[in-house]
Amino acid sequence: MSGVLRRCAFRLAGTRSLATTATDITPRLKTFKIYRWNPDKPAEKPRLQEYQVNLNDCGPMVLDALLKIKNEQDATLTFRRSCREGICGSCAMNIGGRNTLACLCKIEPDISKQTKIYPLPHMYIVKDLVPDLTNFYKQYKSIQPYLQRSKVPEDGKENLQSIADRKKLDGLYECILCACCSTSCPSYWWNQEEYLGPAVLMQAYRWLIDSRDEASKIRKEMLQNSMSLYRCHTIMNCTRTCPKGLNPGKAIAEIKKALATD
Amino acid sequence: MSRRVSGLQREVLQLYRQCIRAAHTKPKDNQPRFLKYIRSEFGQYKDLPRKEFSTIEHLLRVGHKRLEMYSAPELKDIH
Repeated sequence: MSGVLRRCAFRLAGTRSLATTATDITPRLKTFKIYRWNPDKPAEKPRLQEYQVNLNDCGPMVLDALLKIKNEQDATLTFRRSCREGICGSCAMNIGGRNTLACLCKIEPDISKQTKIYPLPHMYIVKDLVPDLTNFYKQYKSIQPYLQRSKVPEDGKENLQSIADRKKLDGLYECILCACCSTSCPSYWWNQEEYLGPAVLMQAYRWLIDSRDEASKIRKEMLQNSMSLYRCHTIMNCTRTCPKGLNPGKAIAEIKKALATD
Repeated sequence: MSRRVSGLQREVLQLYRQCIRAAHTKPKDNQPRFLKYIRSEFGQYKDLPRKEFSTIEHLLRVGHKRLEMYSAPELKDIH
């Protein structure tokens, strides 16, 4: 009998202590300023809209905050997202003045500072944080990003490659084409139509040095003009911004070297 | 007398002309529907002030994209 009572008392005490800890935590409200623009009302100017997010019940990444805003505050906020782990490249945007993936960018814990979120710079906007990447994909298509060979392997199965040759592709094949690097490049801003941009050039290099590919001569000829490749002035914004830690600047330099010694 | 038009105005007129021409490549019976659609889309922004350059440029981009899509020969009719 007394045992039951004691257990009850213990449970009461337990719940009360839980309740006090819950009220003790003050909400940490962080302000996000997000670029808004609606294509249905094209005459309205783009604007920054403020949202407050309580960091205590929000995930650590900026994408979590965006999803929380979309779920709880404003369902009209538009952005691309998919894998939430930095492998799809959908959520590329400009966060705090830096192109990065929202799913790989931690929210700055300092709540006295605001975080500004813009779409990728110098791109046409579809809506809010969604840029129009048509031109980017068209450029990617133009470098023929696929294996070109005149004959199939003898056993009819695989095109074999030595370990050393495969190693050359490391640091190139990981690119997820999020367009962070291309849209951070001033050269690409001014010559978007003709200059291919770091992301696409890095893929061009990836196919250029693939030991199984036989079209490297044509590939080099395609780049041999003043615009597609040589608009790169080694500003290196691409390497600094890459959310996957790759080095497009070096790949472009390697192409230049290969073309010069041709 | 020829009317003097700015570069942007000329671009809009050119787009309109291209749209009408594309409409005339469609089957005869469906052409009025295409023409009506083109007129309504252009008429929607009839009262846009001429100084709204960025808006007009955006609408031109949207228009060109839509023209490209609708002028595909597989597309025969709209509602």
